[in-house]
Amino acid sequence: MNLTFKEGGTVSPASPKLLLLMRDIHKRYPGVYALRGVSFSVHAGEVHALVGENGAGKSTLVKILEGAVQPDAGEIWVGGRKVSWRGPRDAIEAGISVIHQELSLAPHLTVAQNIFLGREPRGGLFIDRRRMTEESRKIFSELGVDIDADAQVSALTVGEQQLVEIARALSRNARIIAMDEPTSSLSAKETESLFKVIKDLKKKGVGIIYISHRLEEIFEIADRVSVLRDGELVGSGPLSKFSQEEIVSLMVGREIKAFFPRTAAPLSEVVLEVRNLTRKGVFSDVSFSLRRGEILGIAGLVGSGRSDVAMSIFGAYPPDAGEILFEGKPIKIGSPRDAIARGIFLVPEDRKVQGLFLNMSVKHNLTIVELLKKFKLLSLVNEKAREERAREFIRELSIRCGSLNAEIRSLSGGNQQKVVIAKGLSVEPKVLILDEPTRGIDVGAKAEVHRLMDDLTRRGISILMISSELPEVMGMSDRVLVMRSGRIVASFDRENLSGERIMMAAAGGSE
Amino acid sequence: MNSTVVLRKYGSFLVLGFLLLILALFYPGVLSFSNVANVFSQVAVVGICAVGMTFVMLTGGIDLSVGSLVALTGAVGAWLNTHGGFHWSLAWVGAVLVGMLCGLISGLFVQWGKMPPFIATLSMMAIARGATLLITRGYPISGTSSGFNYAGWAYLGPFPVSGLLMLVLIAIAWVVLRKTRFGTYVYAVGDDPETARLAGISISKVRVIVYVISGACSAFGGLLMVGRLWSAQPNVGMGMELDVIASVVLGGTSLFGGVGGVGGTLIGVLIMGFLDNGLRMLELSSYLQQVVKGAVFIGVVGADLYFKKVRSGKC
Repeated sequence: MNLTFKEGGTVSPASPKLLLLMRDIHKRYPGVYALRGVSFSVHAGEVHALVGENGAGKSTLVKILEGAVQPDAGEIWVGGRKVSWRGPRDAIEAGISVIHQELSLAPHLTVAQNIFLGREPRGGLFIDRRRMTEESRKIFSELGVDIDADAQVSALTVGEQQLVEIARALSRNARIIAMDEPTSSLSAKETESLFKVIKDLKKKGVGIIYISHRLEEIFEIADRVSVLRDGELVGSGPLSKFSQEEIVSLMVGREIKAFFPRTAAPLSEVVLEVRNLTRKGVFSDVSFSLRRGEILGIAGLVGSGRSDVAMSIFGAYPPDAGEILFEGKPIKIGSPRDAIARGIFLVPEDRKVQGLFLNMSVKHNLTIVELLKKFKLLSLVNEKAREERAREFIRELSIRCGSLNAEIRSLSGGNQQKVVIAKGLSVEPKVLILDEPTRGIDVGAKAEVHRLMDDLTRRGISILMISSELPEVMGMSDRVLVMRSGRIVASFDRENLSGERIMMAAAGGSE
Repeated sequence: MNSTVVLRKYGSFLVLGFLLLILALFYPGVLSFSNVANVFSQVAVVGICAVGMTFVMLTGGIDLSVGSLVALTGAVGAWLNTHGGFHWSLAWVGAVLVGMLCGLISGLFVQWGKMPPFIATLSMMAIARGATLLITRGYPISGTSSGFNYAGWAYLGPFPVSGLLMLVLIAIAWVVLRKTRFGTYVYAVGDDPETARLAGISISKVRVIVYVISGACSAFGGLLMVGRLWSAQPNVGMGMELDVIASVVLGGTSLFGGVGGVGGTLIGVLIMGFLDNGLRMLELSSYLQQVVKGAVFIGVVGADLYFKKVRSGKC
């Protein structure tokens, strides 16, 4: 595919229409090469879409742009001048505003107070509230939106709050506005009015960086597109040169290099069945079944409801409607405790916040769930037995740690993850739910976790795996469900899996 | 182990050692047996309350009602023994039950009322103080039996009984916290409530129980206090929550939960006790003593915040 052209070499950084040029940006984190020589530019009056899978490097690029993170190498030019930022303040002064998915407004202040937060106009000693209100009104009328400048922000819809953020950016004379998944929580009507505002901003010569997974939107609003994959720019050019399929294949298009040790599972009886599971406003009508010894993958974008379904099955956030059948019988799960008693265990997405006790030792983390089953509340815990058990897990899962009493935080991410999985195995589960089982761990540890998963299924444990990493989903799953906006939108068997098809279903592109 | 870990783990020992060294320079008698025994008898009430407070603070909560509960349970016990005519042992049981009930109410407000522990126990502090004044009508209740008073003032040979009881209670608490499932859960809930919930722990039960334990400990403290003063005083224990909380934090239990233990609390209690003892021997005015205590408390909380930052900086 001859769509790639590397920017930077051909464009003069001093060109008058070029608002922003990031040239040959490199950024390494421990264990991750987040950006490898990425170049990116924004012209006055254009919308430049930035797309890529989770972990492709989009957010790192945005963090560098807003001055929150410094690049290891590379140049940034703004308005024809080379800049280097010490912090977010410098970036704001240079005319850059980033509107994050999580809005950053003070909910109890008024719209005008938020717009001028930290830069309140003063008349004499006191804040000139009237001027704040008037200037806010002026900005809103230029934007052609109807928002009361004196309203409290918490009373506004999410869409309106987003417009307040845009107004704040404009009041700071932003020339470049980056929007991260701006429509993820907007209704169709709100999206429409956002697009109207974006088109207006274009006319005023503002450059917009539009980060989104939603291909339809990108084709509606963007002029140019850049595709990131594994920290590299793999495609960039005017949108008219691309089709949806081409963008998807650029996003996904890597051979699956890693070796996945999945051995085919024999067909056997259904262990867990979920019927029409619904949690209002989060997911609806989710039905699927999981067989003994099977790995069922759930793919989908972050926020598509995957983790919420898992949490509901585990009883952490009980569903509003629907049925869960376990070994053929309908069961009620009101809390994680119930789930664990049935033999369902969840290894959560965020190891540090949900999976580990960071102030406890390896030994205590390994044995805490097992304690629940085997001991009375006040009976003395046999320290020897506890140590023996911990040692067994360390051997079985080859967890590398200094000692049983080592602090859990001293372990590498991969070993921490193994501890969380071991915690689950200690209760001899029948169903293991793994949410992002290999997030943030190195390649070697990933392979070990994958091998472990395969082992577990051969012992008859069924695994429900949620993953944002396509190669993992495709390499490890016997079947794959794809979720989008709280619903299951596609289901694939191992034979007819393809990265493009999964991505297309997840992103809501038309096939 | 790096230096901050050493400081975190053994800091309270260092502070105690340093304090004793300074005091010994001014007043060599500080380490004499009789003075140490004296300090133990003086810290017993605060120390026993601090045991309960350690449980609460390990879960990330706080109990401001301990001082008022000392007064209330003392008054209830004394009233049962004198006006009620109950044998001292039954009066003790009644007082402890009242302490546990108050703790239970605080705990329920925290857990099911979703109130910040600070507010729930602050209210309990006011309610318990008011109830004490109602029971005593503002006057001391005296005339408790000698069996009632024994534990508060008597010595077993050279050892103060109250000090010994404190040590026994600390030993029991140590075993519960370190060796039982419940103890592990106390740490787990304070360490990370979300992880604890997902590990199948009933965090609401744990959170309520620790306030009940704190209430029971305050009641023991209150009963010893009656014995020490030979009467139930309505204004006893005012401001004591500061001493108790300071002792626990000085002993290395984090205000944020999950870190520390009752062994450290003993050291913290002794630091506060010897500080008191020393300031008195140096004949500083009791007003100045208050200022010094406040300053120590701020310093300790500052250190706790610092260690928390170090901990989270590492992950």
